[in-house]
Amino acid sequence: MHTWQNDNSSRSLILPIVILCLCATGVRAQAPSTCLDCHGSLDPPLQITAAQFSQDIHAQKGLTCASCHGGDPAKADMDAMSKAAGFRGKIQRNQIPELCGHCHSDGTFMRKYNPSLRTDQLAQFKTSVHGKRFVQGDTKVAVCIDCHGVHDLRPASDPRSKISPLNVAQTCSRCHSDANYMRGYGIPTDQYANYNRSVHHEAMTARGDLSAPTCPTCHGNHGAAPPGVNSVKNVCANCHVFQAQMYDKSTHKAAFQFAGLPGCVVCHRNHDVSVPTDAKLGAGPEAVCMRCHRPGDRCDQARAKMLQDLTQLDSAIKTADRMLGIAEASGMEVSEARTEQDQARDSLTKARVTIHSFKTELVEENIQAGLTIAAKTQAEGQAALAERDRRRRGLGLSLGIILVVLIGLRLYIRQIENHSSKPGTAESHD
Amino acid sequence: MAADLSSHPQPARRRVIEIILGGGLFASLASFLYPVLRYLVPPPVAELGGDQVTAGKIGELKPNSAKIFRFGSRPGLLIRSSDGNYRAFSATCTHLGCIVQYRGDLQEIWCACHNGVYDLNGRNVSGPPPRPLEVYEVHLRGDDVVVSLKREA
Amino acid sequence: MFAALRDWIDERFDWAALLAPLREKAVPTHRLSYWYFLGGITLFLFGIQVCTGILLLLYYRPSASEAFESVQYIMTRVQFGWLVRSIHSWAANLLIFTAFCHMFSVLFLGAYRKPRELTWMTGMLLLFLAMGFGFSGYLLPWNTLAFFATKVGTEITGQVPVIGHSLKVFLRGGEDVTGATLTRFFGFHVALLPGLTVVLILAHIALVQYFGMSVPPAVEARWKASPSEVRQMKFFPNFFLRELMAWYIALGVLGALAAILPWELGAKADPFAPAPAGIRPEWYFMFMFQSLKLIPARVWFVDGEVVGILFFGATGVAWLLLPFFNQSGGRRRRRLILGVGVFALSYILAMTIYAYMAK
Repeated sequence: MHTWQNDNSSRSLILPIVILCLCATGVRAQAPSTCLDCHGSLDPPLQITAAQFSQDIHAQKGLTCASCHGGDPAKADMDAMSKAAGFRGKIQRNQIPELCGHCHSDGTFMRKYNPSLRTDQLAQFKTSVHGKRFVQGDTKVAVCIDCHGVHDLRPASDPRSKISPLNVAQTCSRCHSDANYMRGYGIPTDQYANYNRSVHHEAMTARGDLSAPTCPTCHGNHGAAPPGVNSVKNVCANCHVFQAQMYDKSTHKAAFQFAGLPGCVVCHRNHDVSVPTDAKLGAGPEAVCMRCHRPGDRCDQARAKMLQDLTQLDSAIKTADRMLGIAEASGMEVSEARTEQDQARDSLTKARVTIHSFKTELVEENIQAGLTIAAKTQAEGQAALAERDRRRRGLGLSLGIILVVLIGLRLYIRQIENHSSKPGTAESHD
Repeated sequence: MAADLSSHPQPARRRVIEIILGGGLFASLASFLYPVLRYLVPPPVAELGGDQVTAGKIGELKPNSAKIFRFGSRPGLLIRSSDGNYRAFSATCTHLGCIVQYRGDLQEIWCACHNGVYDLNGRNVSGPPPRPLEVYEVHLRGDDVVVSLKREA
Repeated sequence: MFAALRDWIDERFDWAALLAPLREKAVPTHRLSYWYFLGGITLFLFGIQVCTGILLLLYYRPSASEAFESVQYIMTRVQFGWLVRSIHSWAANLLIFTAFCHMFSVLFLGAYRKPRELTWMTGMLLLFLAMGFGFSGYLLPWNTLAFFATKVGTEITGQVPVIGHSLKVFLRGGEDVTGATLTRFFGFHVALLPGLTVVLILAHIALVQYFGMSVPPAVEARWKASPSEVRQMKFFPNFFLRELMAWYIALGVLGALAAILPWELGAKADPFAPAPAGIRPEWYFMFMFQSLKLIPARVWFVDGEVVGILFFGATGVAWLLLPFFNQSGGRRRRRLILGVGVFALSYILAMTIYAYMAK
């Protein structure tokens, strides 16, 4: 290889020096690093380009290859990778958590870069299923770089990051949906597929709601583990407070705990949580109550009553909506009634939440409130339609009068002109 | 032009035509005038709503309590905090549109749907809501607590 | 009682002399006489606009924070407010339609010929004023569509070379469309434009009375050849009664439209919201709007929109001065103008239809 060392001509010094200077100035917030000069033009898996590394949050904060891999970044060529300068080469998988934790668990160190970042990731990791297996020597489990990436690592707030809420489920699925990879662990591999069918996934992707739950929301990220059977309700309760409160006071809580059943998941499932429809209370394929309860018993009757109430309110609201729609299409102004309809729908939602108390009286309370409002808006819709009819009758009357005038004029014109009433043939009169 | 009985209508017929025309014209004028006269009478409700509304009366709310009021077609939340001052916000949660409520025990604004929390300045401090609540201006006018939109610059 | 009143007036004014021209006024009758109704209908509709406009003024509030609500109030709380407002909106559109028809019929019937050049010009100015009424009135309910249509419309005005920016700021009352624009448009709509229009209408009608009704060239030639074939009818009462029938039909149409197809209110304008899809001006501006969209971004070295604006501006001026293109009254020239008129009408119709189909 032609290097500046074996070229005696001083002119040939210029080119490498120029290249070095360019490299030093080219990458801004970085200390001079010659590693990328070579590694940028190598083939994968050794390839790390400057473009790629410039996206990395560590690089942007001023760290270099040597910060993790050791060596001397100021030297060119293979001299940079000197053992004397602490070069470690490719980090072994079982060394990764400790390496990352070396900085990320050091509060004093991290304060210099981002004081609000947590520093307990490594400790959390050790409590996770991944961490526990890791300690026992399993290198198949996820370590830091599997989720965060390594040379183009982005913070979670970056939507392109592997751990952004938008992408993290897919990151988990790289292992957890791979049946071959997961063989021997004894857990299913359909979670991601199921999650993609859920209403939580829809909230995130279709509605862009970044607060919607994804894998780490319920399982934790560094301390990832399934919530225990008795803790499921607590996890859901973080958002679904009312339902949890009612469930707590209901008979189901004790019953499920006794039976070792996982709370909310029994009826709502865990990964493919779907939009709960009233059919859940029914007797069809989506029905959940009758999986345990016997037909005809007290609970079946309660279920049927609740379903009946909900259906009644739902159809009352829909009828009122229809009527208001017709009124609006005929040009009547019904915005006040529409606002009241929102309150009726609110009552219906509250009633559905109250199902979790499993007490029909409580559900009825909300239903009655909603029915009152729906009745009022229905009446308003009918009044609007009656007003529309009144206007049309008024119009009919006016048009009738106008017709009379037109006939009268026509006859009068004929009369004063003494001819057929075709305009344009009337002679001038004196 | 020969005055011909056949070309001059009978007096009776003439009368009929005149009655039809006269009556029709009168009726039509009445049918135009009637709505105009009704229109001129101001309706009983003079309040237009608009960007300002009377949310309540002074003394109606005790300190550390709140009420929901109607602001045009939107719900609003009027809070009287423990120091006696009034604050008003849009009551529509910025997450999925549920109606928020005031929690006197926590001195915070809370959304029951997914446990979103806002502080007394309307800022979203916890839970799913992505944005603060819209803040309204509150003025005391005589006996009334008047809420209005923040004036455009 | 009426006799006593008439005598009182007779003792002071020469009543008979005042009314004589009206008594004698005659309207020529021929195959194309029906077209004579259009001017009167347009005037009648303007009268309706003034009356309904004054009624609306009793409740409307011209400020950004109250305009929309005041129109909502008129539509829902005021007795027959829905009727007054819908008639006002429908009549506005009908008025512009009949004004255009009136203008084109005058063109095709050659009524702009000497000596009626000034009648034509006052009429064209009235047409422009009518469109100004439409543009300014459209904003007054302060709903989303109106707000953005005004934004786009005044933006286009800003593209006029040299004076464009000043013109835009003048129209908007500032750099952007704000409450100040609303107040300004209100002032234009209820004071400035009506003032100018009344003056021009008086001039226009006076000129029409002075010169009498024009007769199409072919009919004129025929009648000149054989004067015995001249047919006309007295204005009072014969033509007037027919005109009254036309006016009553127009009233019926307006009432039906107002009751069955009430004018919608839309949503209140939010200046900070993004423009909704499908904003467009009213139909009488559509042909210009669509033309501007079809012109390429750059024509030679000039910005495409500027080319469009200048073209329409020049056409407007040329249209105003139309009679002067055929002062000699030559047949070839007349045919040319007719051809241009047919082309213009077809262009307007085609562009308007295209604009609506393309949406």
